[in-house]
Amino acid sequence: MNDKTDQNNHQEPGREFVIKDCALIAIATGSRAMTLRELRDLLLSVTPDSIYYHFWGGLLQPRFEEREYNNDFAAWAWYEMHDAILAERLAVIDPTECQNMEELRQQLLEIVEERLDERETVSWMFASAPFEFIRSQIVVFDTGKRAASPEELAALLPDVSPSSIFYHFIDSRRRLGHHGDDFSFWLSGFNACHRGLCDKLVAIDPYFVSLPELKNQLVKLFQTHFNKETV
Amino acid sequence: MNTLLDAYANITGQGVIDHLRQLAAPLRGMKVVHVNSTRVGGGVAEILEKLVPLMQELSIDTSWEVITGNDDFFQCTKAMHNTLQGSRTRIPENLLATYEQINRDNAEQLRAKLEEADFVFIHDPQPAPLLSHCPNRQGKWIWRCHIDASHPFRPVWKYLRGFVAGYDASIFSLARFARTLPHPQYIIPPSIDPLSEKNMELPEAEIKAVFSDFDLDPERPLLLQVSRFDRFKDPLGVIQAYKLVKRFVPDQQLVLAGGSATDDPEGEAVLQEVKEAAQGDPDIHILLLPPDSHRRINALQRAADIILQKSIKEGFGLTVTEAMWKGKPVIGGNAGGIGLQVINFNTGFRVNTPEGAALRIRYLLHHPEKMQAMGHKGREFVRDNFLLTRHLREYLTLILSLHYGGAERIELG
Repeated sequence: MNDKTDQNNHQEPGREFVIKDCALIAIATGSRAMTLRELRDLLLSVTPDSIYYHFWGGLLQPRFEEREYNNDFAAWAWYEMHDAILAERLAVIDPTECQNMEELRQQLLEIVEERLDERETVSWMFASAPFEFIRSQIVVFDTGKRAASPEELAALLPDVSPSSIFYHFIDSRRRLGHHGDDFSFWLSGFNACHRGLCDKLVAIDPYFVSLPELKNQLVKLFQTHFNKETV
Repeated sequence: MNTLLDAYANITGQGVIDHLRQLAAPLRGMKVVHVNSTRVGGGVAEILEKLVPLMQELSIDTSWEVITGNDDFFQCTKAMHNTLQGSRTRIPENLLATYEQINRDNAEQLRAKLEEADFVFIHDPQPAPLLSHCPNRQGKWIWRCHIDASHPFRPVWKYLRGFVAGYDASIFSLARFARTLPHPQYIIPPSIDPLSEKNMELPEAEIKAVFSDFDLDPERPLLLQVSRFDRFKDPLGVIQAYKLVKRFVPDQQLVLAGGSATDDPEGEAVLQEVKEAAQGDPDIHILLLPPDSHRRINALQRAADIILQKSIKEGFGLTVTEAMWKGKPVIGGNAGGIGLQVINFNTGFRVNTPEGAALRIRYLLHHPEKMQAMGHKGREFVRDNFLLTRHLREYLTLILSLHYGGAERIELG
């Protein structure tokens, strides 16, 4: 068995595109916050993969798709702390704009500390349920599917799984230095006629859609691009 | 030949099954053993009944062993179950001695098989001490806790912790159920089996039959709660909610369906209170059904318009999952895993009081189109998240995670 743990595995431009898939498993950290002050203290020390999980894990774990808030911190602030102001501020954080998990952690801390400074009562109010810090492990595997050309990739996309889309479009942001997606990174190795498609891929905001919706957007983009090309 | 995986593919889509096959490929030929304390009855046996053959179809050498015990053993493990859920009762020393002896005896029978297995899943507290009797074990051992152990009676948890701390990992259904242990604690919510008698599609005639069999009117709204007659399930709160609605919707009917409570003194008392509260209203139907009435309950759920699970305290709440799978809106108590499933205005409503339940019943009965939409959303939500195939996917992911050393990211070539 070929075991390659903890390895960056980029889709190299110029070589065939390897369609991969993944599965995520959640692990309790045992860290729980009952107040906003406790949340702040724990945010200082939780592992980056825990912050990652609370922003993105919901896409691959049992959870309702049409969530009012797109990260667990904002949802907790509203449903358990009943603090609408804090919930709105936390909800607006866009993880795709952060260079790494540490930057995301700092954004969270800034908002939480600002709220603690604003109202003294916030620091000792108890939540109706604790914030449970969870971390995750991701297992990545090869589906055996390959695309030698952008056209072949477009033809394969309708049949790839939502978790495969997660790997190539969201998880890629942690693997690739420039925070892009595997598709546009790979397409950049072909001729300039795909630049329009790359620009559109980069413009997709994956934060507010479910994986099936994201997949539909990608499929449509590829189909539109290649249909135009053949006209 | 049609396999079990093919049957699930008809429900989940082929992509989900392909995903399982790819995830299981590196585990081909590995020996996995599940151990619990009963072959039939109860949620664990129901899961293993299908999980084990599914793992076998994925070419994982999987077997299921059941430990045997006597009355004292099961009295002890029942007390353990209750105390882990918060009941504050000390377990007598003689029962604990029996618990340990029975595990020693079972270990004599199972040791060879367990010690050579690559992965051993020990379900719940009954067989937990087996690990201490297998000193030459080769594989990884995982303790799967199906119980809400969020607020256990400390002395009992301290005793049990001595047996489970040595495992390589444990699994809890929700993060809030997890205990502090010196190994990774994986979070895997439970699931329902869409092919079981409880959840399978039924012929229309069988669904219609419940109306005549239980003296119900198919033309009038039907509310249903399926649960034991237990204070934590709040059947009296359900009747109170029904009575509050009655003034506005006089033709509604309520069914409270549960098992016979003759072996449970408190259950018997609750049942009497429920009967008294229902007295004089011919539209409240209290049904005492035998434990194997899975198809009957399935038909009742499919016949109902709204399903209630007004629990005050709840584990995961699989009855909610089952109701949603039948395409029904659910009004659930704001407790346990119900919050993960019942999403306000989407799959139903979470409520805290009989008044809250009454308000939501009235709302839904006045918006039949919303009931239908919520029911549809609920069914799709269960299809994506709470079927046995998702449960299996997470077991496979956990096995791979442990096999490759628990790194945050594992890339299989």
